[in-house]
Amino acid sequence: MAFNKDSNIFTFVFAISMCIFVAGVLAGTFSLLQADIKYNQSAKNMVDLLSAIEVDSSREMAEIDFDKYIAGFIVLDSQGNKIDSLSNKTSALSIDIKKQYKDKTLKLEDKKFPLFIAQKDTSNYYIVPLIGTGLWGPIWGFISFNEDGNTIYGASFDHKSETPGLGAEIRETFFEEQFTGLKILDNKGEFKSVEVKKGGATTDIESDNYFHEVDGITGGTITSDGVTDMLKDNLSIYSKYFKETENER
Amino acid sequence: MKDSFFSKKNRRLITDPFDGQNPITVQVLGICSALAITVQLQQALIMALSVVVVMICGNMIVSLLRNVIPSRIRIIVQLVVVSALVVLVDLVLKAFLPDMSEKLSVFVGLIVSNCIIMGRLEAFALGNKLWPSFLDGLGNAIGYGWILLAVAFFREFLGSGKIFGYQIVPDGWYEAGGGFYLNNNLMILPPMALIVVGLIIWVQRSRNRELIEDN
Repeated sequence: MAFNKDSNIFTFVFAISMCIFVAGVLAGTFSLLQADIKYNQSAKNMVDLLSAIEVDSSREMAEIDFDKYIAGFIVLDSQGNKIDSLSNKTSALSIDIKKQYKDKTLKLEDKKFPLFIAQKDTSNYYIVPLIGTGLWGPIWGFISFNEDGNTIYGASFDHKSETPGLGAEIRETFFEEQFTGLKILDNKGEFKSVEVKKGGATTDIESDNYFHEVDGITGGTITSDGVTDMLKDNLSIYSKYFKETENER
Repeated sequence: MKDSFFSKKNRRLITDPFDGQNPITVQVLGICSALAITVQLQQALIMALSVVVVMICGNMIVSLLRNVIPSRIRIIVQLVVVSALVVLVDLVLKAFLPDMSEKLSVFVGLIVSNCIIMGRLEAFALGNKLWPSFLDGLGNAIGYGWILLAVAFFREFLGSGKIFGYQIVPDGWYEAGGGFYLNNNLMILPPMALIVVGLIIWVQRSRNRELIEDN
């Protein structure tokens, strides 16, 4: 009997075996490479975190530097109350704020907000992880504060799929370094956050907004607005905690 | 008669897609990715290389299977081959070249939707032997890649004053530094990619009159 590649039976057999074969190859490759991929991601996370306090680390040095600079770790609830302080610093990174952010069924009260305390050149800094939404997908980052919990020391941002050359520029140094020295509380001590301003930040030092604006990104308005919202949403929670610790002092 | 490995016919498989049969400027395929990733040269280069890998492997696999793929489900089979290769490339990049993978981000996945690849699988690999399919894949991927790089060159140079991320236009030329020069912000917006591709097509057709269609 001649082989007929267009018979119904062969079509089915071909389709099914192709699915099984391809699925096997992909699953096999994934489980082989999974450890490497996970390691790369967590190292990248540490590098980003450290770059918020202006420490230039690399994937290879990430774990060592993380141990060196990160002195402590606190978990807050959505009201800014301390619910936990762990000494195990790496477990802090395992609080998956991205997953928490995506999970729409999770109530605000049940979310956990990690806060890192870093020590560099005898000064203490707070490092706040951020998560928000850009134009095409999630954006995230870390922002660090001086001990007053008001003045920004440094920031680092990243994104999953913003447009290269436009929204994707938020991960570039020129954008990140604008944040240094800005404040999240206004003159009266109320929470004001920092806005990524379309058309450019005010250059008038007398203006109330002088310490609360950075230049937006041309052609990346929606990503810029995403950064503004991300800062506002996340920092409003942490600023409550900062205020309380400030009062206690 | 058996063709030698680099017979004239085989050589044409590589050289044609550069110019006379260029997938972007002549066949007008893969335009969407030409818009998306030509803002910076580096991304265009990595994208071009990834397409080379996927294209060659895809062409070869489909060519090997050409006598057993049932014709009624051939498009789905091609799609599965391309998607599987893209996922593999993505995983390998993530595991061994994490920095590269971050730069490419979403665009690796978009290779699947690049119609040049499906087009070559359907039009060529399905009816040709392994070696010609390899050459055809290589030729078309490079034909695609050089247009990508050419467009990215103009867009990055005129739009950001840089080439491969290195600043070319000196700071002093810029208005902010007291000079006369301004980057053309229009260049970094997607429509300019189409206009640059259009200019390349114009140059190409005035050089090679055979490409001009009669109306």
